Amino acid sequence: MEASGNTEQRRKERLDRGIKVRTDSIYALMSMKEILYLLAPRLVLICGVLILPVAMPSMYWQRVVSIVCIYALLALSFDFLAHFVGLVSLGGAFFIGVGGYIAAIINTHFGLPPIVTIPAATILGAAICTILLLPCLPLRGVYFAIVTLMYPLALARIIEALDIFGGTDGIMGVASFANRWVEQYFMVIILLAFLFAMRRLVNEDLGLVFRAVKDNDQAVRASGMNVTLFKAIGVFIASAMGCLGGACLVHIYMWAGISQFALDFSILPIAATVIGGAGTLVGPILGCFILVPVSELLRAFGTLRIVFYSLILVGFIVFRSEGLMVYGQRKYHQFERWVRV
Amino acid sequence: MNAEPILDVREATKAFGGILALNRVSFKVYPGEILGVIGPNGSGKTTLVNCITGFIRMTSGKVFFKGKDITRKPAHKIADLGLTRTFQIMRPYYSLPAYKNLVIPLFSPRARRTGGWRGGGRLGDRDTVGIDILEEIGFERDSFVPYKLASSLPTGYLKRLELARCLALKPEMIICDEVFSGLSMSEIASMVPIIERLKMDGITLMMIEHRLRELFRVANRVIVLNFGEKIMEGSPEEVLADEKVKEAYFGSEEVEEVMSHA
Repeated sequence: MEASGNTEQRRKERLDRGIKVRTDSIYALMSMKEILYLLAPRLVLICGVLILPVAMPSMYWQRVVSIVCIYALLALSFDFLAHFVGLVSLGGAFFIGVGGYIAAIINTHFGLPPIVTIPAATILGAAICTILLLPCLPLRGVYFAIVTLMYPLALARIIEALDIFGGTDGIMGVASFANRWVEQYFMVIILLAFLFAMRRLVNEDLGLVFRAVKDNDQAVRASGMNVTLFKAIGVFIASAMGCLGGACLVHIYMWAGISQFALDFSILPIAATVIGGAGTLVGPILGCFILVPVSELLRAFGTLRIVFYSLILVGFIVFRSEGLMVYGQRKYHQFERWVRV
Repeated sequence: MNAEPILDVREATKAFGGILALNRVSFKVYPGEILGVIGPNGSGKTTLVNCITGFIRMTSGKVFFKGKDITRKPAHKIADLGLTRTFQIMRPYYSLPAYKNLVIPLFSPRARRTGGWRGGGRLGDRDTVGIDILEEIGFERDSFVPYKLASSLPTGYLKRLELARCLALKPEMIICDEVFSGLSMSEIASMVPIIERLKMDGITLMMIEHRLRELFRVANRVIVLNFGEKIMEGSPEEVLADEKVKEAYFGSEEVEEVMSHA
């Protein structure tokens, strides 16, 4: 990087650690050390997230944990869709809104408990989102992003104008979770389950097809596969995560309203993906665990909050544009040294 | 030939705006043969492939595959019927290792249905089947090459990967869009036997080529395109002797070279 003298130049050389190479395959089972090398990061994440609800000082911060989990589901869905299927989605608010309203309607009209409404809203919401997004799936380019951005805006206005689903007041009296511990541990466990399920999915054969659609859709067509169908499956999976988050949100707030179509739900997951590291799946979740609490802490600064928030984001983009997780993985798996060129 | 044609192209026409890229091109391909398609640059060869395999829509004309009209079918349906193609500009999945590239075609409905590759799924691991196919097409199984990322493979291997992707579908016919172009002489020399073996396995081939010498070694029949029109059809010897072909290729050293060998 720095030139000492006029001619001599140095660059950073990165090499995989020996233990990283040893743990790549079945040899990982050689000794406790290797097993621990693989398990440690995962255990840190799982245990860390599991003790969060207990470690929070007040009920207010416990509620923040639940909200973080919902944002994390959205970020996971964004990262999957953008970096493994190749569709840039700005539809976090769309998924949250659709899932939330369906859960609220099922709960208030039919009196079904959250244990039924949440799975129902997940499946039904994902199906509705996929069908609504179907027309723009055969297209390549920015169309998908634009359409996903348009739907939440349009749906909020439709609900307002037609005064359906409670209009601007929203749907009140939605049942809550049994208690706050159920609420938080439900959220945390759902989040972990989806994280590890998605990590597995992208390395399965179906996941490889998704990645192939992103890499090169023409070759997928030449392989006798319907690209639109696989994009639709990808959108279904991603919107299911979003709708699940939305359904949980209305049960936490005990209310569904047009503010669930707010663009925060679309933008924050993307910012979290930038901070956490794109294409790592766990990175965006980490990003949410940083960004959402920071935004809560910054409430003390009133309107200056947005300024600080923007500064943090810009700082990350300028100094760590690869994202925390990519940086962390590199430090964990590789060692670096300066070599002369 | 008295057999039914496997591929029957009737008056294929494609206009890009006012330019006729293909003008009423008709020909038949019979099962088990190798049909060569040659022509100078811009004569519509790749457009012809794109039209037949459904990647672009023909302005007019009809295509029949095994007696079935496939003119307006989408590309994945045509591939599903057993008519596959390679791309002139290789289209591997760069972020995946070479053998993982084959997991995608092995996941397709056709590969599952034909099941020739041990089901390509339930009965056999797709990774293993993928490496089997790669070995058949000239990747050394025990070397590191099949495990390398496609983005770091040289052109020769990428061309093979294109063919391997077609083979994974157990096709009845492959349309090769310039498999020899961009290869060194030794790479071509190792590619020719692979083509000959595909023919022996009963796969019908249609080969678009610039490398006339290698093409004429393997092809049964050749058609010549010029400015989107078919100007000649016949055996390699007949095509070489034809005045119109000489005119179309006027000044091209390759033809003169091949002719001097013939």
